Amino acid sequence: MSQVSPVPTSPAGASGRVPSARPASGRAARTSLLKKFEPLIISSAAIIATLLLFGVFLLLDGLNPLDVYEVMFRGAFGTWFSFQNTLQRAAPLMLTALCTALPMQLGLLVIGGEGALVVGGVSAAVMGLAMQNASPYVVLTGMLFAGAIAGGLWIALVGVLRAYRGVSETISSLLMSYIAIALMNHLVEGALRDPESLNKPATRHIGEVNMLGPIPGLDVHWGLVYGLIACLVGFVLMKRTIFGFAAAMTGGNMRAALLSGLRVRHLMVLTCFLAGAAAGTAGMIEVAAVHGRANASLVAGYGYTGILVAFVARQNPLGVIPVALLLGGIGASGGLLQRNFNLPDASVNVLQGILFMVILVSETLYGKLDLWSFARGATARKSAEAGAVA
Amino acid sequence: MSAELGAWGVPVAVLAGAIRVSTPFIFVSLGECITERSGRVNLGLEGTLVMGAMVGYGCSYLTGSPWLGVLAAGLVGVLLGALHGFLCGRPRVNDIAVGIGLMLFGCGLAFFLGKPLIQPSAPHLPAIPFGFWSHTPQVEDALRVNVLFLLGVVLAPLVSFALKRTRWGLIVRTVGESAEAARAMGYDVNRVRTLATMAGGFLAGIGGSFLSLFYPGSWNEGLSSGQGLMAVALVIFARWDPIRCLYASLLFGGASALGPALQAVGVTKGYYLFNAAPYALTLLIMVLSSSATRTSADQPAELTVAR
Repeated sequence: MSQVSPVPTSPAGASGRVPSARPASGRAARTSLLKKFEPLIISSAAIIATLLLFGVFLLLDGLNPLDVYEVMFRGAFGTWFSFQNTLQRAAPLMLTALCTALPMQLGLLVIGGEGALVVGGVSAAVMGLAMQNASPYVVLTGMLFAGAIAGGLWIALVGVLRAYRGVSETISSLLMSYIAIALMNHLVEGALRDPESLNKPATRHIGEVNMLGPIPGLDVHWGLVYGLIACLVGFVLMKRTIFGFAAAMTGGNMRAALLSGLRVRHLMVLTCFLAGAAAGTAGMIEVAAVHGRANASLVAGYGYTGILVAFVARQNPLGVIPVALLLGGIGASGGLLQRNFNLPDASVNVLQGILFMVILVSETLYGKLDLWSFARGATARKSAEAGAVA
Repeated sequence: MSAELGAWGVPVAVLAGAIRVSTPFIFVSLGECITERSGRVNLGLEGTLVMGAMVGYGCSYLTGSPWLGVLAAGLVGVLLGALHGFLCGRPRVNDIAVGIGLMLFGCGLAFFLGKPLIQPSAPHLPAIPFGFWSHTPQVEDALRVNVLFLLGVVLAPLVSFALKRTRWGLIVRTVGESAEAARAMGYDVNRVRTLATMAGGFLAGIGGSFLSLFYPGSWNEGLSSGQGLMAVALVIFARWDPIRCLYASLLFGGASALGPALQAVGVTKGYYLFNAAPYALTLLIMVLSSSATRTSADQPAELTVAR
């Protein structure tokens, strides 16, 4: 029996949109234009609604929201310095967002990006330390592969468990994040520990020459380019190739995909591998460009913010780029908010939480934007009902 | 310290852990069990737990009564549950994703509002010294049982009874097994699920108050180590049965205490690996107990998390 999971009982349970009984008229052109910009309009509206809600929260705290937002904007995008900081933070977010966005094409909700990031970071550090005699480029290439493959295998295991044992990928990826963090602590406290790292156990430093440097002319490390490339590749793969079509088909209706002979299990495992590889690369970047060693600083919540980025971008790998910039900017402005308004770090989490929920609720609005035909549809429905009663 | 007990210190400490660490697990998993039986998953219980810990601590500090703190924590849980229920009631909104959002929001809000609570110390919940007969400090310590633990132990069969034998339980289960059948019978599916999520939130909030009011017994940002998230896995592992949730929680508490217990008797090797024990154990059991081709018969059919 090749069936991967039992059939969903309710037809609306899948993400498939219920087609509306709208009369096809001369408005088709406008409707298609609207369709194109629908995600942009709704996402923007959701962000504005979030700012309003968070503004109420700030008002209750005795702050003027406009002042706070102004400082936030300055701290994120206002100056060249702060924008570079934002870019720096956006890089790992793009990659961890892919860890959720890619499996989501198949309808899998993987939330273990944090674990894959940690595993990738530790593996990259080990590889970097093992290759100390090689030239810096070789070292970095080795680290990249080590990080990506280790992260990839980590999430691929989640895919295997889902495809062959029916274990919920959401729960297993989450559990594996905790296991990854414990493993890292075990290694940096034991076998890999640098005897000189006293307060904060860490591996030895990979060496300054081997660090991932800045992009020429910028004060931003090359990790940003890795992130951008990964998002582009993810987009092309998922939206422009047969592989992506098969993934979308599986995500839309798994039974149909199985019946048409797609190898759904292979798709699942491979997609999970790619997703984990992206998050593992984020770990490699954190080690190679920021910390120089693997330690508890890897557990900085990039994995969890990445889930948020993926959802705000509506799981579109290309949409991940601007959203990662936005959320990286919010993160980058956290310090400034603390200094200017005495707002604790957690205020950023509150803002993120509100944004997440508003974005999810905004899903409801899709397909309702076309006010003209919406109104007409309502009238048509009413008269139909009246007819049915009569 | 535990030299006099020798290797016996380990099982005693594991027992102590099973009693002490398991209490929040019991409450959160019972709460999640009720919610999931209605066909919805609330992954936001982690946020509820942390909020409950903060509010419980704050209320206990301000009023001087830890029990009022427990109640306040439960009520906050109800509010967060209502929010989850409301958001998930909108069409096309994914309950698991809402849970993740609520987790971020709850934790953030708790840290934000709880900043002034890190310093002051609030009155704690009382414990009953069942170990009075023993002169070994470890045994005495292990048997200092908190009232909430006993409450949790009593609650498990009560929830089980309520789900199996009462009209309300039947409605919750109907909604969880087939929304369409429930709708045909005239029940408001969304409302039942929201109420079930609120009930689950109430219990999760109480579980949180245990963290800040008994063990570890203070409010700080590192208070929860993912107990709220683990509870979701735990309910799957317990196959949606409240009694089995109780056993699973005890097992988890014991597993969490294994690392520190071994460290206390001088086995320091692999301390951090033992921290992974409860997670690895859950994963292992989930792998062994699930199947690729069929769902567990105990699983509510409307549930999306454990296909």
